[in-house]
Amino acid sequence: MYKYNDFDTAFLAERNAQFRAQVERRIDGSLTEDEFKPLRLMNGLYLQLHAYMLRVAIPYGTLNSDQMRTLALLAEKWDKGYGHFTTRQNIQYNWPKLRDVPDMLDALAEVGLHAIQTSGNTIRNVTSDHFAAAAKDELTDPRPYAELIRQWSTDHPEFQFLGRKFKIAITGSSNDRAVTRAHDIGLRMVERDGVAGFEVIVGGGLGRTPLIGKVIRDYLPQADLLPYLESVLAVYNLLGRRDNKYKARIKITVLENGIDTIREMVEERFEERRKTFDGTDQVLLEEIKAHFTPPKLRGGNLETYLAAYDADPVFRSWADTNLAEHRDDNHAIVTISIKAHGQTPGDATAAQMRAMADLAERFGYNELRISHEQNVILPHVHKSDLPALHAALKDHGLATANVGLISDIIACPGMDYCALATARSIPVAQEIATRFEELKLEHEVGHLQIKISGCINACGHHHVGHIGILGLDRAGVENYQITLGGDATETAAIGTRTGPGFAYDEIVPAVERLITAYLSLRDSAEETFLQTYRRVGMDPFKAALYPEAQKKVA
Amino acid sequence: MPRPFTPKIITANDLLEGDVIYFTDTNGWSRELKEAELIEDEAEAQLRLLEAEKDAQHVVGIYLTDAKAGADGPEPTHFREDFRRTGPSNYRHGKQEAAANV
Repeated sequence: MYKYNDFDTAFLAERNAQFRAQVERRIDGSLTEDEFKPLRLMNGLYLQLHAYMLRVAIPYGTLNSDQMRTLALLAEKWDKGYGHFTTRQNIQYNWPKLRDVPDMLDALAEVGLHAIQTSGNTIRNVTSDHFAAAAKDELTDPRPYAELIRQWSTDHPEFQFLGRKFKIAITGSSNDRAVTRAHDIGLRMVERDGVAGFEVIVGGGLGRTPLIGKVIRDYLPQADLLPYLESVLAVYNLLGRRDNKYKARIKITVLENGIDTIREMVEERFEERRKTFDGTDQVLLEEIKAHFTPPKLRGGNLETYLAAYDADPVFRSWADTNLAEHRDDNHAIVTISIKAHGQTPGDATAAQMRAMADLAERFGYNELRISHEQNVILPHVHKSDLPALHAALKDHGLATANVGLISDIIACPGMDYCALATARSIPVAQEIATRFEELKLEHEVGHLQIKISGCINACGHHHVGHIGILGLDRAGVENYQITLGGDATETAAIGTRTGPGFAYDEIVPAVERLITAYLSLRDSAEETFLQTYRRVGMDPFKAALYPEAQKKVA
Repeated sequence: MPRPFTPKIITANDLLEGDVIYFTDTNGWSRELKEAELIEDEAEAQLRLLEAEKDAQHVVGIYLTDAKAGADGPEPTHFREDFRRTGPSNYRHGKQEAAANV
């Protein structure tokens, strides 16, 4: 993985010293809050409902064990013993004190982590496929490109004051695990004449106006990546609306101007900008690529794995649910669920973070990933180590076999923490997970993604959930709208609203009615919820959700 | 027609801790909603807000919000302020955990 050079280290040290001085000046009264707020936001520090919140970037979701241990240290020393992994592959601390934040940033810098551009109207943390460099379906590791974009976009003078925040996701696989179609720019590696390049998608995004991105370039040579991105950003900076923050994202720019006009303008800019790139970026890319050499995977037989798989049903269930196919047949990709039933989706304690760091060192070539689905991945584990890994995970409450199932819910922090939220997300997620655990239906239901947001900004990605739940404030009462048929993958789709929302105490029974309807509608146990929805449409689910309305019609 | 005035309290966050705080009738700040000053008059509310804003160097995001009289001091009328008063649902953190004065 990428290792900071002297320039990177000095840059972070200088940046942190600058912020330390700004904090001191705020505390001694030299800076007003109006002056200080943009400075703290540039360093990932928000003020939320109950306290400050520090958002730390995990670039393209990749961590080593030392970095994970530092995240644990921050949780333990300066917070309340846990951290919250988010859909942007960041980690958030919900209780830091203002005076402590410079020390937290210094501790992060020691292991090459930071909170730069995790806030503000700038290019945010670049996200990537959490199975990068391990997945069997991968064309090329997308992370060196993500790192190149990170270096290019960090403190880029032209893009520090965009109309709104700007999010880029990149994947090197045909199966989209990075939700590229719901980003301001999505990059998908494709091959032409045997050479890998990028399909470039623009204008996707969720929130108030959910839109699936459009292909602006079906093939972009690798060497043109930065000048092309710069051209897209320049056109957005020029055309993007600044009169209304709700219409300021590039998705609205694309919608209002049309993809053909945007493409034309971008290509025009691209012709100019490409000339200003002298190839230094390609030299840098080669240096970056050298840091992403895959680990030397070890050999060995699979006897212990096969024996445990045959003998232990608990291990078998976990293996069937939480493992993904690795490019090497002797290895597996392990998703560690941090969604134990009834727990807060995405939260890990300091002890759990340390345990995962230790296990990554012991079994996983010292690599960890954070997924946008709020889980932790060990991308390379030899199958013979899986029984021991599973046993160790059990000891730390990390062996829940629910990846991709009904309790593997994405939930934003909602009104339990977030100052923008209009309703809670976390307790709804907890209750749904607990309910289906009690019913013992989870494995029978199979693959199903529930995504919950506590406000219209859609940090919980509810629009692309097979079942999406949006919490709103209706006349001073929490109310939850349901959408069905959303899809976050390469066949991305925005879900359709079912009808009137449900009160807080009605939402879990409503989800239960949806699941009961699905079980009776599916044509076999292999047909997933999404497939059934696409086959039968909304009406039978609506009938299950609103039985009273059906009675009135009858 | 203008909406009739409803009783208000003044709330904010503490600069150093980020903690939710409430303006009291002695021009101080308390971490306890029940110790907040309940303002029944619209003009008085604006004057009290100006008074609270004098302390903008130590507190952040000062605003007026609805409250009602309760048996043990002001109580929230909206669930958002109820969560601010107590803390998050998922852990016994925030006000549920500690209740010392600023």
